[in-house]
Amino acid sequence: MSEFLYLYRNGEKLSPEQMQQQMGRWMAWMKELEGKGVLKNVGHPLERSGVLVSGAKRAVTDGLFAEAKDVIGGYSIVEAKNLEHAVELTAGCPIFAVGGGVEVRPLMKM
Amino acid sequence: MNPLDPHLFRHEWARLVAALVRVFGVHNLELAEDVAQETLFRAMNVWKQAGVPDHPSAWLTTVAKRRVIDELRRARKQAIAAPEVARFLESEWTRVGTVDELFTEQPLHDDELRVMFSLAQPRLPEASQLALVLQLSCGFSDAEIAAALITSTAAVTKRLQRAKEVVRGSRSLYELADADLPERLASVQRAIYLLFNEGYHGACSEAVVRADLCAEALRLAGLLTKHPRTGTPETLALAALLHLHAARLPARLDEHGEPVPFSEQPRDRWDQSLISRGLALLGEASCGDTLTPFHIEAAIAAVHATAASAATTPWPQIVALYDTLLRLAPSPIVGLNRAIALAEAAGPERGLAELAALDARALESYVFYHAALGQLSARAGDRMAAKLHFARAIQLARSPMEAAFLTHCAARFGAD
Repeated sequence: MSEFLYLYRNGEKLSPEQMQQQMGRWMAWMKELEGKGVLKNVGHPLERSGVLVSGAKRAVTDGLFAEAKDVIGGYSIVEAKNLEHAVELTAGCPIFAVGGGVEVRPLMKM
Repeated sequence: MNPLDPHLFRHEWARLVAALVRVFGVHNLELAEDVAQETLFRAMNVWKQAGVPDHPSAWLTTVAKRRVIDELRRARKQAIAAPEVARFLESEWTRVGTVDELFTEQPLHDDELRVMFSLAQPRLPEASQLALVLQLSCGFSDAEIAAALITSTAAVTKRLQRAKEVVRGSRSLYELADADLPERLASVQRAIYLLFNEGYHGACSEAVVRADLCAEALRLAGLLTKHPRTGTPETLALAALLHLHAARLPARLDEHGEPVPFSEQPRDRWDQSLISRGLALLGEASCGDTLTPFHIEAAIAAVHATAASAATTPWPQIVALYDTLLRLAPSPIVGLNRAIALAEAAGPERGLAELAALDARALESYVFYHAALGQLSARAGDRMAAKLHFARAIQLARSPMEAAFLTHCAARFGAD
C-alpha cells in the first residue's frame, strides 16, 4: 500500500443552494472513503490567500493564482495499491460535478 | 445535532446580505454580496471536512463579522461603510461593538425586510424587482433565476446589473417608517405574489425549482406579516392566499410526475396544516373593514380548500366572489376564471358565452384561455372547435411538460 495526496482544485462559483448540496455530497463521499478504510488523513481546506516566497532574496509574490478556478481548495491523504487505484478512488468526488478536479500525487516513501 | 434546514445556506445568505448591507450601505451592494458569498464558501469547505457545527448561524455570523472588521480596517479612509453608521465603524473605539450590534437577531429580522423594500423601487420594472428579490432575499444565482423565470442566464445577468445600479443609487437602506411605505409595500406584496405564481403556475418543468419558489414566497410573506408596519390586513390576506394554494401542491403531480387537473386532485393529499393556517390568516385579515383583491382571492381558495370535492363545491358562491374581484381589480384573467366557475355553476354553454364576451386580444397568448375554450367546447359537444382550441393551447405551451399536460387534457375530453 502507498499513500497519495489528493489536491482539490476548485470548480466554478456556486450559489448558496448549490454549496449546501455540494457540502452534503462531500460529506457522503468522505464517509465512503472512510468506509473503505482508505482515508489516511481527512486533510484540510486551504485559505485562498497565501504568497510565494522565491529566489535568493526570498521575494514574496502574492496573487500567484491566475484563476480562482484553479486554486487548490484543500487536500486529503489516501492509501491505495498504486496510482491507478488512487485515481479510481476519486470516482464520486463531488468536485468533478462543478468543473473542478483532483490532482493525485504519490507521496514518496522515506 | 438538529436536522439541518435543507435550505440553510439560502436562508443564511438572506440574513447575511441584510446585515452586510446595513454595514456597508446600499451603495456597496456588491461588497455585501461578496462577503456573504465568501462566508458561505468557507462554511462549505470547513463543514464538509469537520462536520456542521451545533450552531451554524452563530458560526456564520462570527466568520462574517471577522471579515467585516478586516474590510473596514483595510479600507481606512475610503468610505465603505453605510452613511448612518460610518462614524461608529470608522473609529477603532466603537467598530467592534457596532458590528456586534448590527449582527444581532431582532434588527436582522427588520433588515431583511428593509432590503426587500429597498429592492422594490417603483421605477424598476416588475421583472427586475422579482429578479432582485430572488437574488438578494432568496440567494438564487443568475442561472437559477433564469431557470425559474424561463429565460436565459445572460438576460438575467444584464437585467440584474441594470437593476442593481438603480438600487445602489439610493442613498441608504429603506426605512420602514418612510411616508411612501404603502406604495412600496404594494410592490413587495406583488413581487411575493409573482414569486409564488411562478412556482405554482410557471412552466418550469423542474418540480423542485417550483416548490422552492413557493416555499420562498411563503417565507417572505411570513416576514412581512410579523412586522407591525408591514403586517397589514392586505399582507395577511396575501399570506392566507399563499398558504391555501400551497396546501394543494402535494396533489398537483401524480405518481409519474404528471400534472393533475384541479378537479381530479385527490383532496386527501392537500396539506391540512397549511389549510388551517391559511384559514386562520384569512380570519385575521378580515377583522377590520379592509377588503382587497388578495382577500377575495384567498376567500375563493378557502371555499375550494373546504369543499369535499369539485362536484360538491358551491360554485355560485365562487362566481359571486369573482364578481366582487372583477369590481375591485378588473382583468381579462379574472374574467376567464369567472367564466370557468360559471360553467361549473350553470353549464358549459353559459361559460362559453362568458368567454366570448371577454377581450380575446388580451388573452390570445394565454395558454389557459385556449385550454378553457377547448374544455368547455368539448363539454358542450363541439368536438371540432375543442380540437382547434386545444391545438392552439399546445402550440403556446411554454415547456414540454405543459404541452404534455395539455395533450393529456385534450385526450380526456376526446379532443385530441
